[in-house]
Amino acid sequence: AAPLTFEKSPLSATDEKLTSLEDVTHYNNYYEFGVDKTAPAAHAHTLKTSPWTVKVDGLVAKPGEFAIDDLVKTSTLEERIYRMRCVEGWSMVIPWIGFPLADLIKRVEPQGSAKYVAFETVYRPPEMVGQQSAFPVLDWPYVEGLRLDEAMHPLAILAVGLYGEALPNQNGAPIRLVVPWKYGFKGIKSITRISFVEKQPETSWSRQAPDEYGFYANVNPNVDHPRWSQKTERRIGEGGLFVKRRPTLPFNGYADQVAQLYSGMDLRKFY
Amino acid sequence: MAGQATAQRGKHGFAMPRVPKILIYIVGFVPAVVLFYLGVNDQLGADPMRYLEQSLGLWALRFLIATLAITPLRQILNINLLRYRRAIGLLCFYYAALHLLTYVVLDQGFDFEAIWTDIVKRPYITIGMATFIVLTPLAVTSNNAAIRRLGGQVWARIHRLVYIAAIGAALHFLLVVKSWPPEPMVYAAIVASLLGYRFVRSLVKRSMPKRRAA
Repeated sequence: AAPLTFEKSPLSATDEKLTSLEDVTHYNNYYEFGVDKTAPAAHAHTLKTSPWTVKVDGLVAKPGEFAIDDLVKTSTLEERIYRMRCVEGWSMVIPWIGFPLADLIKRVEPQGSAKYVAFETVYRPPEMVGQQSAFPVLDWPYVEGLRLDEAMHPLAILAVGLYGEALPNQNGAPIRLVVPWKYGFKGIKSITRISFVEKQPETSWSRQAPDEYGFYANVNPNVDHPRWSQKTERRIGEGGLFVKRRPTLPFNGYADQVAQLYSGMDLRKFY
Repeated sequence: MAGQATAQRGKHGFAMPRVPKILIYIVGFVPAVVLFYLGVNDQLGADPMRYLEQSLGLWALRFLIATLAITPLRQILNINLLRYRRAIGLLCFYYAALHLLTYVVLDQGFDFEAIWTDIVKRPYITIGMATFIVLTPLAVTSNNAAIRRLGGQVWARIHRLVYIAAIGAALHFLLVVKSWPPEPMVYAAIVASLLGYRFVRSLVKRSMPKRRAA
């Protein structure tokens, strides 16, 4: 992958040991390429990520189509080392390269009526083997969403790389969302469309199982998944077979920065 | 059906080449040995503990399915593998025990409070534990002495618990995954057809005049 020019960000979690590049790129959930963790690394090469444009529309003053190369050129790329907590109970520490989602949002000037941001993944069955199945695991295309103030938070980024180079396909090339205080599935991959809307948009996993996956999906050790506990997690690559569970932190350890976004909300109800 | 375990070999079905039963155990333990070897050498991927845990569970389910396939194979295809059924059934139990041990030791690190919470709060763990408990008396009585002591009929009745275990194992697998991926559904479908076959057969038999199954 092509090397990127970037600055180090003070918003990184620098005290954590990075998960190896091998594990970050070979243990993925990207159901468009199959449900096994190793399937994306095996099948994602079929996705054509260049040329690529992201359509930005909805309640904005300046809608438009952004070519990925222009987005990268006109943004100041930063390295953000973030913890990533999967809803399944494992976690990684990943050095992402990207830019604040807020930068893009400011460029397109949302109208006052815009309250939410909706995201959409590419839909290309010929290039994505998991989208070809007659019994789809999810309703394609994958969709996600954030409240506008969540999307404007400085920790929320659009990533275009990791480990100093352009994103590998299995990690969501060419551009993906990273919201480190939420479960990994909120980080929608291979984004083709970003829409500003008034009402809370639908999201793929809450459509699939509304009682298990909510719109917010904030990492929360005190609100279990209905079928498994969220109290602890296993850090990938830490101790091989004998990896010890570690406690999961509220908002994945980013509570100081983000908890105020949810003050007064019942996090059991808005899970 | 199950009571015929030791009797009538070769009476039904054509003569399969006989292999010593010890060979079933040796071959049956190959996956476990390979998994532990790869695990110790850190070659089980990014999440080796989970891989080991899931693979051992999957092998337990496969051996369970294999024991359930022996009767239909004999009745439909006239292939008699009855003499290997005990070994295959015990392999299922050993893999289930290794699967459980991996969960208790490597996954939960002997945190019995967390394990107890899992058992009472998580249906897939509840079902998994219950399935193991159901398998235990079957394993304990999988020897000639037990058959003699209990008598064929009682023994056969106990061993019908395998149907419950099969349902439990298939459910356990379905409940642990997100969405409805194909693999657990395929296993559930195989279990359903093996049990469905027996159910239909018993209905047909019951509707036929007298002649009870031996």
